[in-house]
Amino acid sequence: MTAANMIVPLIITFILLFGLFRRTDVAGEFTTGASEGLKTAAELIPILVLVMTAVGMFGASGASAHLAEWISPLAERLGFPPECIELALIRPVSGSGAIASLDELYSRISPDSFAGKTAAVLMSSTETTFYTIAVYSAAMRKKLGSRVFIAAAAADLTGFILSPLMVRLFIR
Amino acid sequence: MLGIILAVMLVLSAVAGFLGGGWEEISDAALGQCVKAVELGIYLAGSMALWCGLMRVAERSGLTRIVSRAMSPLIRLIFGRLDASSEKAVSLNLTANLLGLGNAATPTGIEAVRRLEKSSHPRRNTALITVINTASIQLIPVTVAAMRSAHGSAAPLEILPAVLVTSLCSAAVGVITASILFSEEK
Repeated sequence: MTAANMIVPLIITFILLFGLFRRTDVAGEFTTGASEGLKTAAELIPILVLVMTAVGMFGASGASAHLAEWISPLAERLGFPPECIELALIRPVSGSGAIASLDELYSRISPDSFAGKTAAVLMSSTETTFYTIAVYSAAMRKKLGSRVFIAAAAADLTGFILSPLMVRLFIR
Repeated sequence: MLGIILAVMLVLSAVAGFLGGGWEEISDAALGQCVKAVELGIYLAGSMALWCGLMRVAERSGLTRIVSRAMSPLIRLIFGRLDASSEKAVSLNLTANLLGLGNAATPTGIEAVRRLEKSSHPRRNTALITVINTASIQLIPVTVAAMRSAHGSAAPLEILPAVLVTSLCSAAVGVITASILFSEEK
């Protein structure tokens, strides 16, 4: 993972050096931008409190495990490994919850098994959709309503359906 | 809509509480997660301050103009014509996503939302940038590869082509769906 770890430090260095090279007031411009960033972050906290409280209660209640049990027969018929259902349910709402769920899955099954690979593809090719929409909506003046959730859900569902198919196609 | 989804999640948790009796865990989660949310906000504030500062330097030094010129064919394909400042903000956000910068993508995305709200199709364009950011297009899935290798995978990065194709397809479906749903804004 060394190559991946190089990206962030090199980007930071490059941006600052490029600024110096072009004779930009690097420190002054940085602090102006940074204080705007701080203000934006502070405005996001209230919605984060609401969303994360509800998501946390949902995760702790074990509701996702119950739901996974109900969905499992249908998923199996579609060729979706039942081990990955709970991960698919948690993934759109909680990033840290999904990491915990994947870690727990890998302690039971091998990461190189079919379900293990499907879980990895599913995890990497989708985002914490719900959180992303909440954060971006908080920054908007005009609200988008339900349509943006529908579009994002269509994208997520595509990711869930394609994950096992692509594992079969590319890795087997 | 956000409110409805939250309500559904809370009702499901309560049902699971009645079925499984895990009230203590649910109550701990409610009281603990609100604190975690503020912690996340502070964590986010640090990275937002850093990246917004860097983006400002990149903007003033002309670096963003170079990046946005390279990305502009892709952006025109998705958004159609945009003004220069929106195009710049969108191209930085797409670049941050491709590089897998995670939290660094959030400030660039919010900046893009603010610019796109002033564009000619504000609702469609802000929906598009939101959907693209929920699709997680990244060249190297760092976190998952690290977890696979920690659990003894023989080839942690062998998922790479499958991840790339899957995320490109799901992003395309999201973009097309959003374009259709918001198409009345001509």
